[in-house]
Amino acid sequence: MSKTVVFKIDGVEIRGTSGQTIMEAADKAGIYIPRLCDVEGLDPQGSCRVCTVKVNGRTAASCTQPIADGIEVENETMEIRNFRRDLVRMLFHEGNHLCPCCEASGRCELQALAYRLGILQPDKYPYLQPVRPVDASHPDIMLDTNRCIRCGRCIRASRQLDHKNVFGYIGRGINKQVGVDGKDLAHTDVHIDDKAVALGTCPVGCIIQKRRGFFDAIGQRKFDLHPIGTKEKDS
Amino acid sequence: MNITTVVKQACSKFGNDRGRLIDILWEVQNNLGCIDEQAMNAIAAEVKVHRVEIEGVVSFYSFFSEKRKGKIIIRLCDDVIDINAGIEQVATVFSEELGIGIGQTSADGNFSLEYTACIGMSDQAPAALVNNVVITNITPASAKEITRTLKDTLDPSKLVTKVGDGNNAHTLVSAMVRNNIRKQGEVLLADGIPADAGLGNALKKTSPEVIQEIADSGLRGRGGAGFPTGEKFKLAQRTEADQRYVICNADEGEPGTFKDRVLLTERPSLIFEGMTIAAYAIGSTSGIMYLRAEYAYLRPFLESVLENRRQAGLLGKDICGKKGFCFDIRIQMGAGAYICGEESALISSCEGLRGEPKNRPPFPVERGYLSKPTIVNNVETFCCVARILDRGSNWFAGIGTKASRGTKLLSVCGDCARPGVYEVPYGLEVAELLDMVGAEDPAIVQVGGASGEMVGRSSFGRKICFSDVATGGAVMIFNSHRNVLAIVDHFLKFFADESCGYCTPCRVGIVFLRERMQKVMHGFAESADLDYLRDLSKTIMMTSRCGLGSSAPKAILNSMDQFPLVYSSHLREAKDGVQAGFNIQKALDESRRIAKRTSMIYDPVYGEKNE
Amino acid sequence: MKRVATVSLAGCFGCHMSLLDIDERILELVKLVEFDRSPVNDLKKFKMRCDIGLVEGGCCNEENVHTLREFRKNCDVLVGVGQCAVMGGLPVMRNAIMHSSDPLRECLETAYFNSPYVYNPTNDIPNDPALPLILDKVYTCPEVVKMDYLIPGCPPSGDVLWQTLTALLNGKPSDLPGEIIRFD
Repeated sequence: MSKTVVFKIDGVEIRGTSGQTIMEAADKAGIYIPRLCDVEGLDPQGSCRVCTVKVNGRTAASCTQPIADGIEVENETMEIRNFRRDLVRMLFHEGNHLCPCCEASGRCELQALAYRLGILQPDKYPYLQPVRPVDASHPDIMLDTNRCIRCGRCIRASRQLDHKNVFGYIGRGINKQVGVDGKDLAHTDVHIDDKAVALGTCPVGCIIQKRRGFFDAIGQRKFDLHPIGTKEKDS
Repeated sequence: MNITTVVKQACSKFGNDRGRLIDILWEVQNNLGCIDEQAMNAIAAEVKVHRVEIEGVVSFYSFFSEKRKGKIIIRLCDDVIDINAGIEQVATVFSEELGIGIGQTSADGNFSLEYTACIGMSDQAPAALVNNVVITNITPASAKEITRTLKDTLDPSKLVTKVGDGNNAHTLVSAMVRNNIRKQGEVLLADGIPADAGLGNALKKTSPEVIQEIADSGLRGRGGAGFPTGEKFKLAQRTEADQRYVICNADEGEPGTFKDRVLLTERPSLIFEGMTIAAYAIGSTSGIMYLRAEYAYLRPFLESVLENRRQAGLLGKDICGKKGFCFDIRIQMGAGAYICGEESALISSCEGLRGEPKNRPPFPVERGYLSKPTIVNNVETFCCVARILDRGSNWFAGIGTKASRGTKLLSVCGDCARPGVYEVPYGLEVAELLDMVGAEDPAIVQVGGASGEMVGRSSFGRKICFSDVATGGAVMIFNSHRNVLAIVDHFLKFFADESCGYCTPCRVGIVFLRERMQKVMHGFAESADLDYLRDLSKTIMMTSRCGLGSSAPKAILNSMDQFPLVYSSHLREAKDGVQAGFNIQKALDESRRIAKRTSMIYDPVYGEKNE
Repeated sequence: MKRVATVSLAGCFGCHMSLLDIDERILELVKLVEFDRSPVNDLKKFKMRCDIGLVEGGCCNEENVHTLREFRKNCDVLVGVGQCAVMGGLPVMRNAIMHSSDPLRECLETAYFNSPYVYNPTNDIPNDPALPLILDKVYTCPEVVKMDYLIPGCPPSGDVLWQTLTALLNGKPSDLPGEIIRFD
């Protein structure tokens, strides 16, 4: 039995149904909350923290926080915006995000969020410059974990949509990364038609379909046409 | 034995249950010396999961290794107290005597040498684990002797020449560890605590009455967070379920804490009694004690205590003759991960998963171990539960302060004459404690371990209780010769090592904090860097997913507030806009070596226009 | 008249080309500024102190470091132009491929011997004494000196550069609207 839940986002009254997360209710109401690890169709994970909001003054990830009657959610405040900028910057600086030569440029959600959040001077943090080898073993798919933001969308897509288990987290701390279910990608049962390696699944350029780089002209790419958060569905 | 046989036996020992993966991995590693690719493939086939999941778990825990390690693994404790006590000098001796560096394995495959986080022996530092054998108070001289014995016998148990006091001398423990009980309070460390009196009283009451008794006592969790215990029991009991679980958190990982070690050694029955009362209160038939890998030396002893309780009808079916009350406890070993002290991460680990915290809500009291309502409490809390049921809530509530009832075990270590365990009533002033322990010229007191609070001299009047300086039990004392920046940097290194990596701010932010902290330490920082540290700390604390991230920056913020002059004396405003942290000579070293020539610009002999 | 100096360090001159993309506005620019040290007029040394320095490219060798420090010393406002100055750009890719214990040698050997596209009949790694020594890794401009502004983009568009320059020439801070900033 679902019942209506009434609460506020930035002072605007929202009606959701019980059991929804803040993110789901906001999406339904047409209010965009920035996100990276969360994507429609997969269970929320709550790891990137970009969707952080304040609920009655306490920070929470809106993709996992359930709605409740009468809660006051802050989404577009300067404080929250600064948190999100810092988090997006952290992800930028953690990996090797060389936009000029990345196949995902223009359809990359990390890049698009940086634009949206107005990150103009990307030098706040040091660049960690990881040196993990690229896995190009598979005939159709390439994996460059130096670009990975640990969002786990490929992992969940493989498990929940493809009913496989091609990807999984390995390591911990700053060395936590996406591993594959075998010696390398070629030794897994991944297939080019898997949802886990579909274009919209990896938000950045970590999973690349071979022979499909730079297919849209600059100016015609996904986020050139519609900056992130300006259309109902971004991915 | 070949790998397949070992794996098959290990898996079948635990019913090919994926949920018992940590036990399976221990079994395999103990037999093979590692869990390599082949072993992982074999385990994956046996328990019917994908290999990447096995690899995910193996690579998460620092005591598991994909690479073959030596038959004898020497793990040197590198918490800040052990460093101050000279573990680095000891490490040098081990390194020289064994001919291997830190992180290496000797060519004959006999020895591995590595550093590990706090092993809970800070009162007898420097300390190390040699396989499961604890070695304390190591000196460079004794390190030499230790290596000689190990080389001669290849048997770590030969290192124990003199056993410690109390149950450390028990045949099933026989460890050189000393309890160092310095002050016995009336709740936990008092002599002559009647066995199972609390359980007897509990079984005369109804479950709600037991919970009410605990709630009335005002008992709050002893692990650090201080959640009201009665409330927790009530929430778990109220959640509809066909099974509920009682978990004892014996993953004492907070650097500088060792009071649970003493309880596990001297009060194991009281702990299990408390767990049994909790099981009765919430309606559970199954309990787990999550024991950190560093305390593996206590496991045979604890298992024997459990067995004795089963024999005595204190565990198992119809406990104490109470029809229908069945409860048993298994011991789950950890595998080296501080984060598993966090209750939901601990539950993940018990389920055979990577020890990552779970999303909350739902909270463990609603959906915990195997998705059933679960209470997770600290070792000390369960002891208090048993004592409260024995002596009554009024007795307990009469000790301590209004908001912090009862006594607290403090593990005191560092620069003091009498390091060890003190049972004191809540409300004790830091200064009183310092007197009690014979602190020598104390300048900094870190209460609550790395994630706790840094108390400087001007605040020694503060009280140890939930409303002032809260603590899970660790008290580290530093004298005025210690470098506060080095202490903070060490804590940051600890958090960076122990972050599970799940969420962005904790995984990445702490690495950035440490980078800038090092810049401060090396005198390359400017005042803007301090603003940066504050700003970054705030983001990490506000956006992290669990307590590890939200408490990691505390040491920086505390120390900046308490010791602003130390920070400002390290700052250097760079002239000419040059970044002090960039070292052109270092950047050119490799090139000089490869090109076999010197710099035209930066080497004075050849250049004219030196900078 | 404001004095402007420009330089390309470890860059491709693309950002300088982009400066020319301001089209006819260049006539206006010439009225506003006098170029000091710059590839535009081929001046190799500073004649006098400058108001604005534009730096393209990061630092991959000692000469880059030296030049960047010269710019910092001689310019009131120093602007890093383009992705290479900001975060290393394409040259920084070498930092990410160095897996061995002797990374710089590996990098040079890959570049001069092992790459499938190398034609190197003498089998030498260039090592003329006049060549500046290469750094152990590529450094961004803000790692070496303090930068006042950084303009991302590969290259930043003519419009971005024009807006930046005109703001700075008028003594205002460079405050670009987010919409025209691109990282590629």
